[in-house]
Amino acid sequence: MLEVLTLFLFNIVIYSIPLLYATCGEIMVEKSGSLNLGVEGTMAVGAIFGFLAGCKADSLPVAVLVSFITAALVGAIFCIFTITLQANQNVTGLTITTIGVAVYFFVGNGLGANWPVYRECTRLVSGFADIEIPGLSAIPVIGKAFFSHNILVYFAVIVAVLIWLYFEKTSIGLRLRAIGENPGAADSLGVDLVKYKYLHIMAGSGIMGIGGLYMGLNMGGTFEGSNCWINGYGWIAIALVIFANWSTTHAIVGTFVFGFFNTLRVYNMPIATTFPNTFGWLSKVPAQVFSALPFAVTLLVLIVNSVRSRKTNKSNAPTAIGVNYYREDR
Amino acid sequence: MKKLLSVLIASVVMCAAVLTGCGTATSESGSQAGGSADSDFIVGAIYINSQNDTAGYTYAHHHGIVTAMENIGLSTDTNLKIIDNVPEDDEQVRTAIEQLAGQGCDIIFGISFGYINAFAEAAEEYPDIVFCHATGYLSNDTNFNNYFGRIYQARYLAGIAAGYKSLEIGNNDIGYVSAWGTEYAETCSGINAFAMGARAVNPDAVIHVDEISTWGDQELERQAAEVLITTYGCGVIAQHCDSAQPQVVAEEQGVYGCGYNSDMSVEAPNAHLTAPVWNWDVFYQLAIETAMNESSASEFFTNIGGNYYGGLTEGMVDIAPLTDNNAPEAAEAIALARDLMVSGEWDVFSGTALSFSGEAGSVTCDLVPQALVDNEGNEIVAAGGASVDDGVIQGSMNYYVEGVVAES
Repeated sequence: MLEVLTLFLFNIVIYSIPLLYATCGEIMVEKSGSLNLGVEGTMAVGAIFGFLAGCKADSLPVAVLVSFITAALVGAIFCIFTITLQANQNVTGLTITTIGVAVYFFVGNGLGANWPVYRECTRLVSGFADIEIPGLSAIPVIGKAFFSHNILVYFAVIVAVLIWLYFEKTSIGLRLRAIGENPGAADSLGVDLVKYKYLHIMAGSGIMGIGGLYMGLNMGGTFEGSNCWINGYGWIAIALVIFANWSTTHAIVGTFVFGFFNTLRVYNMPIATTFPNTFGWLSKVPAQVFSALPFAVTLLVLIVNSVRSRKTNKSNAPTAIGVNYYREDR
Repeated sequence: MKKLLSVLIASVVMCAAVLTGCGTATSESGSQAGGSADSDFIVGAIYINSQNDTAGYTYAHHHGIVTAMENIGLSTDTNLKIIDNVPEDDEQVRTAIEQLAGQGCDIIFGISFGYINAFAEAAEEYPDIVFCHATGYLSNDTNFNNYFGRIYQARYLAGIAAGYKSLEIGNNDIGYVSAWGTEYAETCSGINAFAMGARAVNPDAVIHVDEISTWGDQELERQAAEVLITTYGCGVIAQHCDSAQPQVVAEEQGVYGCGYNSDMSVEAPNAHLTAPVWNWDVFYQLAIETAMNESSASEFFTNIGGNYYGGLTEGMVDIAPLTDNNAPEAAEAIALARDLMVSGEWDVFSGTALSFSGEAGSVTCDLVPQALVDNEGNEIVAAGGASVDDGVIQGSMNYYVEGVVAES
């Protein structure tokens, strides 16, 4: 009976972890004052090149590294256009999504029958296998659900916490936040804006790429002509950034909430039949409601945040987001 | 003011250009449709996804059209005009049709259900062009028909393979990941035929259907297959959805599966049994040849025999080659059932059921009068009764047969 609950929680984690990578990456980008709508495309590029390199080398670290680097290069393209050439950030981001997904299909279709078979890359597969944390994984329900996952799940949580520490506890993080709030002020204090922005946008994009790689591995690494692994998660991540109020630790909770509804869409029936008295009603909820709920909740969070921030004058949203900084404009 | 004026002038000029463009397009294609010359016969196609796809729905159609044209001897470089990635939006489909008409197409195929209204309107607007629409239900009696195939027949055969496998592994629970359930006759009839095939072999088999309520979402397809295996204990996973994820999951979890659309043993070599597949080229060849050989597009509907609904007999549908993962009796039983359907002696949704018995090497198939009953106990066809109408299979079937359980 509890097994259904365990599976439900377990699946929430494994299917929503890519969102945590993408959200953390996007938070890092947005904290530097740039709005990158190219998450979906960045993830797609990181996913396909990371996966292919990982299969070639038969190694998970190589896969992670290559996905990070290739996605960071996509981030560099965003930087060149929006920082160096001062192009519109929204348009550039959307273009990156289109091109990134197109690159994914171009490479995949081009490889055709030469597409590597994931299950034959034994070391890559075993690298991505579930690891049970001794002691913790023995706890009933929660042990299996939260402490017996593949290494990239734990890594995502570590990354989220590290980014939070980086923003809150280091002077570099403070300077970065200053750029996102008021680039003019940061500039006048001698912060090298261009360098900061380039590095953080590239790092953030790289993290998104790891999320993409995770999705590819989790799908068994099969390339299908008209379906992209990323499947719209890049867009959800952009909503999650708002949901998490630009905090990577909140993003851990936010990811779980989004994943909760997504997974409930599949698990509503098993839960309803296992607990007919308490959750029997779940079987009557249309699937589309579960898909829409996370966004309804985002809207709610947005309203609550904006009301709260008006009272306390304290919102986490970077003030200068989406606006290109041009020194001569000051 | 000056700016406004120039914008106004520009838009007037543009409108004029568009209008005249349309005018010439119609007359141009009109002069061509009548001709019987082979090399100037132009085929147009509108796809929902990319023509460069390597698998899936659009790929199957594109492959069908290309094969048909090669068989006929038409060049796909010069005589095939494609507009792809056209969403199911009336306005965009109309634009695509206008473009193809302007390029002188003599016949235009639309492969997605949602193109239906735009095609019906275009057929009236361009009486000299032949329009064929897949999976729809509209047509006129001159230049517009719809086409589809009896994929349920292939699903019945796949069901037999699944049924024997369930007997062999001693697990009566069979899973079925479906894009939709009783909402669409296409998915519903597929599930029912599969269930009937499986239960003709294993009367105790239960088909658990997990409906994901979308045509294409790999993530959901994967999760649904996982739920079927882990929660309902299914030992065979069938599917009516786009991606190979249910088969990939079956492979990972060490159970068996029946794919769809293509031979998915590439994705799941140790799990895959067989898959219902389409041979769209059968229809495309027939349609193009019919249109090429007639003097006027208005005769098309009559010449091709109305709306097209080909099955195993025509070769429009079939199953992928049986893999070595199959139970030993499967191949023989499937061949027997297949012959009955090819010859037209028997069809799935009738008051006669097939009953298989015997070991491998001596499998026999008996025709047994048996009422077709839905899973709530209502009788659909009395024992010994004739097949339901094609209209039911294509349009109004909205119930599951005995042995099917909806799990979502």
